[in-house]
Amino acid sequence: MLFRVGLAVALAVALTFLTLPVVAIFVDTAPGELLDSLGEQAAREALLLSLETSTVAIALILGVGTPAAYLLATRRFRGRALVVTLLELPLVLPPAVAGIALLAAVGPAGILGGTIEAFGIELALETAGVVVALTFVASPFYLRQAQAAFAAVDRTLLDASRTLGASEARSFVAVMIPAALPGLAAGAALALGRALGEFGATLMFAGSFEGITQTAPLAIYDRFATDFDSALALSAVLVAVSAAILLSVKLVGGGEALGRAAR
Amino acid sequence: MRALVAMALFGAVALAACGDDDDSGGSGGRPQLVVSAASSLTEALEACSPRFEAADVKLSFAGSDELAAQIRQGVRPDVFAAASTTLPEELNAEGLLGKPREFVSNTLVVAVSKGAPIDSIEELADEGMKLAVGSEGTPIGDYTREVVGRLPADVARGLEANVRSEEPDVKGIVAKVAQGAADAGFVYASDVQAAAEELRAIPLPGELQPSVAYGAGVVDGASQPDLAARYVDGLVEGDCYEELQRAGFGPLK
Repeated sequence: MLFRVGLAVALAVALTFLTLPVVAIFVDTAPGELLDSLGEQAAREALLLSLETSTVAIALILGVGTPAAYLLATRRFRGRALVVTLLELPLVLPPAVAGIALLAAVGPAGILGGTIEAFGIELALETAGVVVALTFVASPFYLRQAQAAFAAVDRTLLDASRTLGASEARSFVAVMIPAALPGLAAGAALALGRALGEFGATLMFAGSFEGITQTAPLAIYDRFATDFDSALALSAVLVAVSAAILLSVKLVGGGEALGRAAR
Repeated sequence: MRALVAMALFGAVALAACGDDDDSGGSGGRPQLVVSAASSLTEALEACSPRFEAADVKLSFAGSDELAAQIRQGVRPDVFAAASTTLPEELNAEGLLGKPREFVSNTLVVAVSKGAPIDSIEELADEGMKLAVGSEGTPIGDYTREVVGRLPADVARGLEANVRSEEPDVKGIVAKVAQGAADAGFVYASDVQAAAEELRAIPLPGELQPSVAYGAGVVDGASQPDLAARYVDGLVEGDCYEELQRAGFGPLK
């Protein structure tokens, strides 16, 4: 009995701690202010830039991550555990470390900086740099989830498809992806959520400039000191967008997808 | 039941561990003094604060405007030291800060990387130049806008068009130039001195130079008001003042 009470208390504490700050954003924001802040050109631009860069990042992540995750889920090879661990590493990197790491790797003075420049590509202080930062921090979320999703597909489905004469490529597209779709969608949503919220690596690597590199989280930080109300309003919008993403995955992909991924 | 006890114990141990952590800087139970300071003061205050005998000084650096915003949101450090006199005066007028005192001055310069072929502020308006500046509302950003406002209109326009990043504090600008992401940035002379291995300063012509004075005060509701006042004294004429002068800050004009 006491144990069950303990469990309930723990859940109540967790729920309060996690929801109170989010609720406070909406309590502190007058509805009129929310609309005002959305009417503000700079705020709209920041939100739009966030959506654009996140969408491009997710497209890149899906394009490369889906086949990579399929390989990891269906093959056993030496060093596989190491590869998986390395791919998941950005998951646990502090954003500041991610920013420094990106600068050291592909920044103007980084080890690949000269090569990238030779191709006429500029990343630092450019929108492309934001996409790189978002892709770096968000892709492990998708890779992890997609791997789990492919691994959970019943092998007999794939075997049947192969027995019926379909090539592996065809089976991958026609059987495996549809079967793993809820899990893949959940992974994409988590990655999208992470990309939309990215802050530190973007600021350090790509800088902050309206319309070019100032995504919504950076705009919130920029306003935090000078215009707290507008920062709150923009935060409220970002919370709403993120909640909508989470909710749509729960509804469309089935709540089961997110649950399974967590396992 | 046993699991619950274990959990509770674990929680208690974790809390105790955190508590230890907080005190680890404290030697012999000296009181703690929390100082919120502009990020341009980082090197100098980190050097002089351990010598402040009456208390353990905990330093928190960020853009002056962010620190002011924190104080407005109810954060209560003991001392607030800003890279301007306007922010402390504003907080004073709002009843959040005791009467602020000016303690040092600083000079605005253009920071470029050491080998960069840039020699004058006019060149910052050249096409293809990438600049990092402080964002509006930060002291460094506002001083920079003051300087740009005094330039001939065509130079000012070209320069504004070259801004690629608006950084939340001066260290962000320094990092962008030191990393080669930006070609140049407006910072304080003391920042270039602190990063002398990577950066070179281009001085501004006298008529463009804004008056940059730093102000500090005791935060209203500070837990150590007397010690805080002593710390501010040290900024105005004591050990920290000397350290600031060595770090490239100037005396009050």
